[in-house]
Amino acid sequence: MATAIQYILDSIAYGSLFALMAMGLALLFGVMGLMNFAYGELIMAGAYTMFFTRSWGWLGMIVTTLIVVTVLSLVMELVAFRPLRGASPVTLLITSFAVSYALQEFAWTDVLGLSHRFNGATIGTGPQKGVQPYPWLTQQYQVKGVLVSKLEIITVIVTIALLVGMTLLLKRTMLGIQLRASTQDFRMAQLVGVKANWVISSAFAITGVLAGAVALLYVFRTGLVAPDMGQGPLLVAFVGGVIGGLGSLSGAALGGFVLGVIINILNASLPVKLHSYSLLFAFMAVIAIVVLQPEGLIAFRRGGDWLERLWQRIRKPATEGAGA
Amino acid sequence: MLKLSDLSVHYGRIAAVQHLSLEVNQGELIGLVGHNGAGKSTTLWTITGVLRPSTGTVTFDGKSLVGASPDSILRMGVSLVPENRRIFGGLTVGENLRIGTSARRDRKQAEADVRKMCERFPMLGQFFDRKGSTLSGGEQQQLAIARALLSRPKLLLLDEPTLGLAPLIVDQVFEILQELHREGVTILLVEQNAARTIEVADRTYVMRSGGRIAFQGTSKELASVGDFETAYIGMAAEHS
Repeated sequence: MATAIQYILDSIAYGSLFALMAMGLALLFGVMGLMNFAYGELIMAGAYTMFFTRSWGWLGMIVTTLIVVTVLSLVMELVAFRPLRGASPVTLLITSFAVSYALQEFAWTDVLGLSHRFNGATIGTGPQKGVQPYPWLTQQYQVKGVLVSKLEIITVIVTIALLVGMTLLLKRTMLGIQLRASTQDFRMAQLVGVKANWVISSAFAITGVLAGAVALLYVFRTGLVAPDMGQGPLLVAFVGGVIGGLGSLSGAALGGFVLGVIINILNASLPVKLHSYSLLFAFMAVIAIVVLQPEGLIAFRRGGDWLERLWQRIRKPATEGAGA
Repeated sequence: MLKLSDLSVHYGRIAAVQHLSLEVNQGELIGLVGHNGAGKSTTLWTITGVLRPSTGTVTFDGKSLVGASPDSILRMGVSLVPENRRIFGGLTVGENLRIGTSARRDRKQAEADVRKMCERFPMLGQFFDRKGSTLSGGEQQQLAIARALLSRPKLLLLDEPTLGLAPLIVDQVFEILQELHREGVTILLVEQNAARTIEVADRTYVMRSGGRIAFQGTSKELASVGDFETAYIGMAAEHS
C-alpha cells in the first residue's frame, strides 16, 4: 500500500512537469498556430543557466533561470517568429525546428567554454550530474511508510500554483481574455483592438516562465544538463498535448499529465529488462487513445455517451471512403 | 470623414473591387448594397486594414489607413461588426463585451460603459455569464454590435448584420441601427437587403459584380433610376 502511494505521488509529480510543458505548447499553438519545437531548448537553456549559477544559492539560481528563459523566449519570438507573422503553420513548424537545432548546436560548441567540461565529465556524463542536487530538497523522508522528498511535494505544489495562476490570469485579467479571444479568432481579436504583438509576446513570456519552472523542477529532479536534454520531455509534452487536445489549454495540460503519469508508472512497474522500452509502451497507449478518441481526451468530459461511441468505434472501424 | 478614392483590391489576379470611390460624412448612415460577391465585404476588409488595396487611397479624418494594422485602425476610431458576427464563442457575454474595450485606457469608464450596454440591450445583462456560443443568431448580432460600440468608434462599419436572421429579428437590428443613427453615430452599412437599407440610409451606394459602383444616391434618387428596382431591389426583396 505504502509503495503504491509512493508510486502515485511520484507519478503525479512527474506528470505535473508535462502538464506545465503541454500547456505552454498549447498556448502558442492556440494564439499563433505555432507548434514550437524549440520549446525543449528553453528548458535546456534553463538547465545551463542553473549550471552557471549553481554557486549563487538556490534563490539566485531560481530567479536568474526564470528571467533568462523568459527573455530567451521573447528573443526567440522577436528574431525567428515575428518576421513570419501570418505564415502557414508548416512554415512556423519548420522554423521552430531550425531554432531548436541552432540552439542545440550552439550548446554543443565551445563558445561558452563548455565543451571541454563535457569531455572533462563535469556535465552530464557518468554518475556526476550537471547540477548537484540539494540534499534538503531531494532527501526522502518516511511518512507512515511512504518515502517522499520535499522536491516531489514542491513539484506538485508549484504545478498546482502555476495552473491556478494561469487559470486566474486567463479568466480574470484583460490580457487573459485577449489571449483566449486570440486563440479562438486571431483576426477578430485584432479588429476589436487587441494588439497582435502584445498578445503574442505575452504568450511567449508566459511559456517562457512555464519552461523556466519546468527546467528548475526537472533539473532539481535529475541533475541532468545536456544540449539535447529538452528533446525527450518536449516529445512527451507534445504528444501529451495532442492527446489532450492542443486546442484547449486545460485539455493539453491534462493530456501532458496523463502521459507523464503513464510513463512514470511504466518506468516503475516494467521488469528491469523492459525498462528502456517504457516510451514504446507509452506511445502505444497514445496510438490507442488517438484511434479511440481522436478529438482529444477532453472530449471524454463532454457528451455522456462516450462509452457508447467508443464501443461503436471499436466494432466498426472507420469506413469513410473505403467503398470508393 | 471616411473617403475611398479610386480603390481597387485584387485577390491574386482577380479584381474584387475596381475603381471604387465612396464618402461617408460625420453623422451619416450610408448604405452599400449589392449582390453576393460584388465586393462589399472586401471593401470593408480593406478599410479595416485586413486587406491592402492594389491602387487607390483610403483616408479617415484626413489620415491614410493604407498599411495600418487592424488594431491601430480601430484605435483611430473605425470599428467593424463583421459578417457572421464572429463573436468569441468560448468567451462569456461579459468577456465579449469587455474585450470590446481593449483599445481604451479609461478602464473605469469602460467598465461603466459595459454596464450601460447591458441596460441598453437587457438580453446581454441577463446572459452576462453565459458562453457567447449559446446565444441565438439575433442575440449574437446584438452582442457583436455592442462589442463594436464599446470601443467608442467614430465610425461603425457593419457587414450584413441581418444575414441569416428571422424577419422579426431583422426588424430589431434595423431599429437598433436607426437608433444609433439618431444618436449621431456615423455608420457604413453593407447589406444584401437593399430595400431595407435604402429606406434607412441617408445615401446608398449600389455595387455591381466586379466591384464597381453602379449607382449612388438617396432613396428618392435611387427610386427614379429606371432599371434599379428590377435589377437590385427586386432580387433582394425576394430573399428578404
